[in-house]
Amino acid sequence: MNQTWQGWARQDGRKGVRNLVAVVYLVECARHVAEAVAAPWRDPLSGGAGDVQAMGFPGCYPSAYGHRMLERLLTHPNVGAVLLVSLGCEGFDKRRLAGAVEASGRPVEVLTIQDAGGTRAAVDAGRAYIERIRTEIADGQRVEMTPADLIVGTICGGSDGTSGITGNPAAGRAFDRLIEAGAACIFEETGELIGCEQHMAARAATPELGREVESAVHKAARYYETLGHASFAAGNADGGLTTIEEKSMGAYAKSGRSEILGLLKPGDIPPSGGLYLLDVVPDGEVRFGFPNINDNAEIAELIACGAHMVLFVTGRGSVVGSACAPVIKICANPETYARMADDMDIDAGRILKGEADLDQVGQEILDAIFDTAAGEQTRSEALGHQEFILTYKSFEPIGPACLPAR
Amino acid sequence: MSDQNASMKDQGNGKSAMSANTDRRLILLDESDNVLVVAATLRADEIVQIESQSITLQRRIGVGHKLARRTIAAGATVLKYGAPIGSMTEAASAGDHVHIHNMKSDYIPTYTHANQTDFTGVSS
Repeated sequence: MNQTWQGWARQDGRKGVRNLVAVVYLVECARHVAEAVAAPWRDPLSGGAGDVQAMGFPGCYPSAYGHRMLERLLTHPNVGAVLLVSLGCEGFDKRRLAGAVEASGRPVEVLTIQDAGGTRAAVDAGRAYIERIRTEIADGQRVEMTPADLIVGTICGGSDGTSGITGNPAAGRAFDRLIEAGAACIFEETGELIGCEQHMAARAATPELGREVESAVHKAARYYETLGHASFAAGNADGGLTTIEEKSMGAYAKSGRSEILGLLKPGDIPPSGGLYLLDVVPDGEVRFGFPNINDNAEIAELIACGAHMVLFVTGRGSVVGSACAPVIKICANPETYARMADDMDIDAGRILKGEADLDQVGQEILDAIFDTAAGEQTRSEALGHQEFILTYKSFEPIGPACLPAR
Repeated sequence: MSDQNASMKDQGNGKSAMSANTDRRLILLDESDNVLVVAATLRADEIVQIESQSITLQRRIGVGHKLARRTIAAGATVLKYGAPIGSMTEAASAGDHVHIHNMKSDYIPTYTHANQTDFTGVSS
């Protein structure tokens, strides 16, 4: 593959496909101010450019996970500048976060609502900063990118009985082609790979990694069993899926056929091209509730691992995008596509109607990835979708067997 | 049952026998599967061909749902993609809708809404 396009050069050597300003609330109490600061630019449906996005952490208790996630997201290559919005009395360590962003070479400013004089004064000050910084980073250094510079994540949500036949295996074909071209690809949701663990272990680069993969899935099964609820929504059943292992088999097809090179946890950046599994289920005893309370929690974790964009396969018809990185929507179900075409980038349901095969749709996905990387808006970007959620979780660092030396 | 299997073996290629005899809107994902996946919404009273049998559907069935390819006994493992996806809680005949009402997970029970009773995948 000899595609090249212009990306954004960052000081750490990584390259971005977007040049966003992140406006970040450090507690729910600061969210309205952060969103109001971003509002004039945030939503393309209201005439905004979509390049100033709000995201943050809602809790007031400390969270090593929350801190690491925000640090990875705000130093993500798609981010060009950062405004931290603090209420003033929250638990989040804003100085440490600002320090990490500054060390990455990005402009960063901390706006504290209690010091600024309240909501109105803080919003005015925040918007003045955005006006200035947007112009400043627009002249940022550009750099040539190739497929080998890319990290792409994949998720499925609103799955139905078509997802595992059309959209997911087509995404898997695209993954195989990307990996051949040197990209890193990440698939995830160990709680939706229940029953696939032995097959996955056999695809692992080393037997030790295979054991780590199996034990990550067993951990997920235990976790969900304790909670008494699989990663399975009522809408999955309406769409013809009956059990978690059936949903898992369909979800697994997203991974394609490449060798599995490593097991990551949220915020771990793939050390090389190739296929990686992201373990999204917390370690230790069950606490803080469900591992991922919705699809966006997983999308944010893929992006925190450095994903420049995320492939999202849906059957029932999810509409979400994400803050920080574009989401490419692949619609698996032809009837859903007919109802919701405006939200979908790829019509994989054509496979069911005999109008296309997996390789053709896989190629369309690949083309959409390169177009998106070159700056073309995805449907969810054009529609202003920048969903974001971060909750409490806790992880142990990955062990040496998870990333075998190559 | 056994006759049917024998005749498929005789042809030496189960897949082509399958596509020749079975309704094109029903997808066999793996030769070992005992369920077929519905590729376009099927109407109630519609007659569909499944291998050597003509079956009149009892109700509408939506895209992505599963029909029994042949008789499946209560307690038997349901195979899709050639992999086990759960087991039958009651027996099904060829053409029967296979879903929440007659099969279950072998891992974690499936949650549905309390008032969610129509699992045909089509809104009436």
